[in-house]
Amino acid sequence: MDQDKKHSKISRRKFIKGIGGGVVGGAVLLHNLPVLSESAIEPAGAGLEQKYPLIFKVNAKTVRVLVESSATLADVLRDQLQLTGTKIVCNHGECGGCTVLLNGKAVYSCMMLALDAAGSEVTTIEGLLNGEEINPLQQAFIEKDGMQCGFCTPGQIMAAQALLSKNPHPSRAEVMTGMSGNLCRCAAYPKIVDSVLAAAETHLK
Amino acid sequence: MKKTFNLVGKPVIRQDGYSKVTGKARFADDINYPDQLFGVMVRLPIAHARIKKIDFSEIENHPSVITICTAGDISGSNISGIIKQDQPVFCDQKIVTPGDVVAMLVGEDEELLRQLAGKVKYEIEPLPALTDPRKALDSDAVLIHPESKSNLIVHYPLRKGDIERGFSQSDHIVEQTYTTQLIEHGYIEPETVIAIPLAADRSVKIIGSIQNPFTARRIVAQALDLPLTRVRVEQAELGGSFGGKDDTMDILSARAAVAALKTGRPVKIRYRREESVLESYKRHPYILHYKVGFSREGKIKAMKIDILADGGAYASMSPFVTWRSVAQATGPYEVENVCTDVRAVYTNNPYTGAMRGFGSPQPIFAQESIMDEIANQLGKTPDEIRWINCLHSGSITATGQKLEKHDVNLIKVLDTAVQKTNFSRQWQACKDKNKSILPFIQKTHASQADKSLLLESEDLVAPDLLLRKGIGLALSYRGCSLGAEGIDAAAAYLSVQPDGSLYLVSGLAENGQGMRTTFSIIAAETLGLSVEDIHYLELDTGIVPDSGPTVASRSTLMGGGAVKIAAEIVRDRLQKFLCDFWKLNKQDVLCFEKNKVFSESDPQKTLRFSEVCQLAYRKGVCLAAIGWYPGPKVDWDESVGQGAAYFTYVYGCQVAEVTVNLGTGEVYVDRVVAVHDPGKVINLLGAQGQVYGGVTQGAGYGLWEEISSADGFIRELNFDQIFIPTSKDVGEIVPVFVEGDDQHGPWGAKSLGEPTLELTAAAIANAVRNAVGVRFFNLPLNLEEIVLKRKLKPGGLKRGSAV
Ligand code: FES
Ligand code: FES
Repeated sequence: MDQDKKHSKISRRKFIKGIGGGVVGGAVLLHNLPVLSESAIEPAGAGLEQKYPLIFKVNAKTVRVLVESSATLADVLRDQLQLTGTKIVCNHGECGGCTVLLNGKAVYSCMMLALDAAGSEVTTIEGLLNGEEINPLQQAFIEKDGMQCGFCTPGQIMAAQALLSKNPHPSRAEVMTGMSGNLCRCAAYPKIVDSVLAAAETHLK
Repeated sequence: MKKTFNLVGKPVIRQDGYSKVTGKARFADDINYPDQLFGVMVRLPIAHARIKKIDFSEIENHPSVITICTAGDISGSNISGIIKQDQPVFCDQKIVTPGDVVAMLVGEDEELLRQLAGKVKYEIEPLPALTDPRKALDSDAVLIHPESKSNLIVHYPLRKGDIERGFSQSDHIVEQTYTTQLIEHGYIEPETVIAIPLAADRSVKIIGSIQNPFTARRIVAQALDLPLTRVRVEQAELGGSFGGKDDTMDILSARAAVAALKTGRPVKIRYRREESVLESYKRHPYILHYKVGFSREGKIKAMKIDILADGGAYASMSPFVTWRSVAQATGPYEVENVCTDVRAVYTNNPYTGAMRGFGSPQPIFAQESIMDEIANQLGKTPDEIRWINCLHSGSITATGQKLEKHDVNLIKVLDTAVQKTNFSRQWQACKDKNKSILPFIQKTHASQADKSLLLESEDLVAPDLLLRKGIGLALSYRGCSLGAEGIDAAAAYLSVQPDGSLYLVSGLAENGQGMRTTFSIIAAETLGLSVEDIHYLELDTGIVPDSGPTVASRSTLMGGGAVKIAAEIVRDRLQKFLCDFWKLNKQDVLCFEKNKVFSESDPQKTLRFSEVCQLAYRKGVCLAAIGWYPGPKVDWDESVGQGAAYFTYVYGCQVAEVTVNLGTGEVYVDRVVAVHDPGKVINLLGAQGQVYGGVTQGAGYGLWEEISSADGFIRELNFDQIFIPTSKDVGEIVPVFVEGDDQHGPWGAKSLGEPTLELTAAAIANAVRNAVGVRFFNLPLNLEEIVLKRKLKPGGLKRGSAV
């Protein structure tokens, strides 16, 4: 199944199509409700989608799980591995809330099929911890108050982590651009940018 | 009153920082129960219809469907509502908007249930959809809620002075109509709730992303017909709310609770973004008609204001939201003669309710635009016209209230903003410069009107000439807390342990704004402790009194007041105990500072706070207290809209500097200077965060955000089409605090969260006017509004890239 087809469980496309059709037929008719999912319903065995083994590294540990072919990396991390630090916000590749590192690069885990992570190394927000100890970037987010509600924060930090590993000494403008794929509705942006810059500076020392 | 503070007003790192940067913070969807079920909604694809029959026969025997909940499962009242009771938990008579839910499928496999929802069959009788609020009160309009006999949700009149005399005394009159759009809160965490049945006593526990746990408890108890004590609501960490996680979450809690009691298992409901946008309430679109009479000198003589708010399908908070609008619609100006009418009406559009700003951003956009138009007409600068009309100490507001007993810092915030930005000079310079481009703009608009987009060669200008700078300001006053419309009191529970550490919790809710840290600072300051000594408990309706809703920027003022009282009760007890212990006079003052307690007169007498607690505990001194902070009485005559609307006010002025690209219509916000008088700043870091957030959201409201609908159906259901600002979209934001004295609130601390948002769109609109010399009347000022002076709305449902 291609990504586009999979990424949204309540697919916007089908959902709207369904809603758009329908009622014009007039009163007192039996209508079928719009299907809220892309996948067709098989009368027998529906929901018992075939599962496949997935072996990959998560936060430096090798993990083996059975996953449905349609499961996204975000679903598997959250629901199967209980790594709930990764958040699902739009499930649509628009907000960065689900950002994790895949082989060191930032990816939207809601836009990636879990099976595509086979053999890769995934780092989530939980993986930044060394025991109870936080890393300098996390420390900077606390000190610079780079958050309000904190729901976008894991995604922001993972995006920043990737940004700094590519460009350890970014300018303010580079940080603003680099972080623009991560929405923060509380709009802690100035302080998020401060946090990333502060972390870069600690690195310098 | 204390003169020096150890913590108050300083930057204090938030208490929940560690849990949030490590991903350990427990948001509702991070909580799971081993045997939990999922609830999935069934909706009908129509905005308005009578329900004839819902037929589940094709799925009810499906092994994955454990149960189906409908209105028939509600043992108590199926009809809920915070103010007016008009919203069903499950619709069984009518559908009045496409977000409505007729049933909930319950089972283990969430995704499969979503598919099965498509197999539900139904019979309906479609009714005409009413989507234009201007037609809602027509005699032939279809009734959304026939039992209400009219589509009028509420009408607030305000009459002050003699409006006709006011106009006859005016040298000039402007009359203009402004509109504002529907927008989505866009809290980054979608709605989630879990209901857990507590079998032993037929009670239920709710954990969720709930803004107002006490309201949720009431709605759940009402639906289940249970005493309030049998419903315990615990707030999970909240991923943003901005006013948005109230009614929707109350109803979701009720649905989850019904299913949990029916199945005897925990039931979780979690929305994906599309469902969240579809069902949740939004910000009211307003149509605002202003007629303002003023003298040659610029003094406003009369204001006649007509406001129509689209309340959508349910009343929700409309009565309170529009009440604030009626009280504040003239803006912060002394106007002798005022005649205001604010109406909210039902339509089949998505329903509208509380959202940060709460009925103020709309009138401020209109009224502050008009102030600039008056200035332009009289050849004055925007700051001059405001100086002439501004409220000051002793002024009488539009509601007939005298402003007194606090620092009326309106002129001070205006002066500060003007000085910081060199406003008048900049404004004049931009205005003069822009005269040179006016012929070009007129030509462009003219050619668009006659559809020939061709310009003559002499019309061509260098690209950088297309970039125009502008500066604009907006000014407001804002009544604090609920005002005359609501019951206003808040509680805090504080319990000091024998080792000197303490538990704290208030009945108001942390919505991500940093309230827990603010309250901890207040308790720590009062007892001379540090913030780390305080353990803020999770809010649970079972452990602290109902403190009303966490809305109206009332937490610091009301909840903070309650925390201070609780801390003072304990401090007084310790003081009394120590005076006995040290054999001091009762009048002797003890100092609580730096984790120590000592006598001012005899510094030898010093103990660590922990030692004091240990001693007092052993002697049986009660170290726990409930602080109760009732708001002062306010009075209100609803028939004429006169009275003391709020017991105190805050003041703000924002200046926006923008660059407008005349070719593309893009407006870039270069800088916003936000000057606010929040009373006293408690946590500097938190206060700055409020300003950044409010200004950015205000800019989104002014420039990009809009939810459009066709026949009641929302077109933009996810962030690919709902444009909320990113880190790149807004330039520098400069928070400036002007502190004022007030007898209310902890050390005079009042409100900040909403004032920061309400001004930005208006300031930007005035800056755009200054940049291009054209007034825009309809928010948002997006590309098409600037270039074409109208909104491009696609005919069908498709819009944007993803559909
Ligand atoms: S949740 Fe993955 S990008 Fe928004
Ligand atoms: S901190 Fe709330 S969304 Fe970013």
